[in-house]
Amino acid sequence: MEFSRRETLALGMGAAALAVLPIRAYASLTDDAIAAFTGGAEMADGGVTLTAPEIAENGNTVPIEVSAPGASAIMVLATGNPTPAVATFNFGPLAASQAASTRIRLAGTQDVMAIAKMADGSFARATSTVKVTIGGCGG
Amino acid sequence: MVGASGFGNWARLAAQQALTQDQLLEFDTFGNVSLIHVTDIHAQLKPIFFREPEINIGVGENRGRVPHVTGADFRKLYGIEDGSPSAYALTYSDFTSLAQTYGRVGGLDRVSTVINAIRAARPDALLLDGGDTWHGSYTCYQTEGQDMVNVMNALKPDAMTFHWEFTLGSARVNEIVEGLPFAALGQNIFDAEWDEPAELFKPYKFFERGGVKIAVIGQAFPYMPIANPGWMFPEYSFGIRDENMQAMVDEVRAEGAELVVCLSHNGFDVDKKMASRVAGIDVILSGHTHDALPEPVLVGDTIIVASGSNGKFVSRVDLDVRDGRMMGFRHKLIPIFSDVIAPDPQIAALIDEQRAPFQAELEEVIGQTDSLLYRRGNFNGTWDDLICDALISEREADIAMSPGVRWGPSILPGQDITREDIWNVTSMTYGKAYRTEMTGEFIKVILEDVGDNLFNPDPYYQQGGDMVRIGGLGYRIDVTKPQGERISDMTFLKTGEQIDPAKTYVVAGWASVNEGTEGPQIWDVVESHIRKQGTITVAPNTSVKVVGA
Repeated sequence: MEFSRRETLALGMGAAALAVLPIRAYASLTDDAIAAFTGGAEMADGGVTLTAPEIAENGNTVPIEVSAPGASAIMVLATGNPTPAVATFNFGPLAASQAASTRIRLAGTQDVMAIAKMADGSFARATSTVKVTIGGCGG
Repeated sequence: MVGASGFGNWARLAAQQALTQDQLLEFDTFGNVSLIHVTDIHAQLKPIFFREPEINIGVGENRGRVPHVTGADFRKLYGIEDGSPSAYALTYSDFTSLAQTYGRVGGLDRVSTVINAIRAARPDALLLDGGDTWHGSYTCYQTEGQDMVNVMNALKPDAMTFHWEFTLGSARVNEIVEGLPFAALGQNIFDAEWDEPAELFKPYKFFERGGVKIAVIGQAFPYMPIANPGWMFPEYSFGIRDENMQAMVDEVRAEGAELVVCLSHNGFDVDKKMASRVAGIDVILSGHTHDALPEPVLVGDTIIVASGSNGKFVSRVDLDVRDGRMMGFRHKLIPIFSDVIAPDPQIAALIDEQRAPFQAELEEVIGQTDSLLYRRGNFNGTWDDLICDALISEREADIAMSPGVRWGPSILPGQDITREDIWNVTSMTYGKAYRTEMTGEFIKVILEDVGDNLFNPDPYYQQGGDMVRIGGLGYRIDVTKPQGERISDMTFLKTGEQIDPAKTYVVAGWASVNEGTEGPQIWDVVESHIRKQGTITVAPNTSVKVVGA
C-alpha cells in the first residue's frame, strides 16, 4: 500500500476526523430523521429489503437497492454520514413495484438503513453494515 | 446423504512411509459423477516446497474450527501420524527434515498424470479450476499469463473462475478469456458502470455428465478492487452478491439442474457462510484462502471442498446423483508428491517449452540460505522478514511493510536462492517498492484496517489475506477486539521506543493498490539485498505478540 504524501495526509486526516467525531455524534441526527419520517411509530424488522455491498469498492459511490412490496415510501439513511438522510423514495398507487436503486457516498464504515412506510401506515426497517477500507494486501 | 473420504485409507498407507503412485491415486470409483478440483496454482508449473501455516487463527464462530487448526492439533483431528507423508503435506511441523525425506510437491506435469488417471476411471469427469492460475512466477509475468494459459489449456479444464488474473489488467484478461476453450464463470462479475452482469463472464454453465444435468456456477473473488488495484480493471465490479447467487441457483434448478456445483474463490469461511445463506448448492469447490482439507466440511446439505494451493493438491470428488438429488459423495485430497507421481511427458515438454526462452534468467543463483524461507501464516514468515530487511536496507527506511499474501513457495536451509525463487514470492504487476513518510498514528490506522480484514468476526467482511508483514516495528494484537482496539504497544525496534503517533517515520513497502506508485521493482530490491548478504540467515521474529487466539 503506497500513498503519496498528499494522499497519506488526506487519509490520515480522514481517520483522525473519524476518531474525533465518533459515529455517536451523528446518531441524534439519524434519530431526528427517523422521528420525522415515522412520527415515532414502532418499526418492524422484515418487509423491506436493503441490498448493499458488505465492503464498498469505492466509498464515494456505493450502489444500494431497496425494495418493500406494498410500501408508499422508503427512506434511506447513512447513519454515519454528517448528513444521514440520503433519499426518500415515494411510490404512487400506480407504481409497478416499490423498489429503487441509487449510489450513495459513505464517510466511513457505518450502518445503512432503509425504512419503509407501508400502505396501512406501519413501518418496517432493514439495516446493513457497509465497510469502507483502505484495502490492499489481499491473498 | 452418505459421505466418505479417501483419507482414512491414505493415512494407513502413509504410516508405511513408502508411497507409490498407485496408492496415491487409489480410489473406488463411486456414483455417477466425478469432479476434479485444482485452485490457487499461482503459476507454479514446476515442483516446489510449500510449508503449510503454523498460525491460522479463526475468529467468531470459526474459532478453533477447520481450516483454523494447525500442526499437532490438525494431525490429531484427522488421525495423522507424526512424520508421515500426510503430516508433511498438511502441517508445518518438522518441515525441513520431512521435506528432505519426501521431496518437492506439485508440478503441473504430475497434476496432469493424476487428472489422466481419474479420467481413465471416469472419462467424463469435470475438471474445474478455482483461479489464481495466471499469476505468481517469472515466466507468468514475462508472458502476461500466456505460459499458464498454454499449459492449463492442455489439461482441458471445463470451467474456471478468477482473482489475480484481473491484475494482468482488464484488456489482457479480456483478450485471454475471449480465446479460452472452456467456460469463464463468475455470477458476481458485474459491469461497474451499469451494475449489471458482465457480458464476457457467464454466471453458470450446464454440463451433461453420467446422465446427470450439472450446473457449475462461478464465484470470483468478491473483493478484487479493494484487495488488488481496482484501477487495473475499472470496468468490473464484484462483491459476494449472495442474493444473486440464490437467484442463479433457483434459475438452474428451474431449468432442470440435478446437481449444483459452485466453483468459488470466496475463501473458506466466506464459503461456509454463503452455504448457510444460499439454499440449493450441493458442492462448493473452495479457493482463495489456500486451505488444504483432507475431508469436506458439511454445512446443511452442502459439502465444501478445499484443495490447497501452488499445485500441491488435486481434489477428486465422486458423487452419487439420483432422482435430481445428491445422495452421497466420496472424496480424496490427493497430494502431488513429485518424486512419487510420474510426470506426464507431453505436459512436461510443454512446460519446458514455456520456460526455455527464460532459462538463463530463471536459473541464475543470487545467494544461499541457512534458514528455512516460507511465507504462509497469519503473521510474518521468514520470506517476509527477508523482504522487509531488504526494503529497510536498500530503501533506507525506518519501517517496512510487505503484503500478507498467501502465495509463495518455501526454500529449505542449504538451498541456493535463484532469481526464479525470488520472483515466486514477489511477482506481480504492481510490485514497485515505494518509500514514503507516515505518522505513527497513520501506521496504526493501517494495522487496524488490515487486521479487521483478517479478524472481523463476520467472514463477509474479511478479504482472505494474512496480516500485513512489518519490519522495524513490533506490536501487540488482540484478535478478539473490534477495529481500532486490536493494536497496541507499537514499538520502534531500532530504538526500543514506543511509536509516537505524531512523529513521522520513513516507510518502505510494495504492492500498493494506488495508481502511479513509484520506485524500483520489489524483486530487484530483494535480489540486490541477497547478493550483498551472500548467505541469508533470518533470526526468529518475536516482534508481534498475539493475544486472544
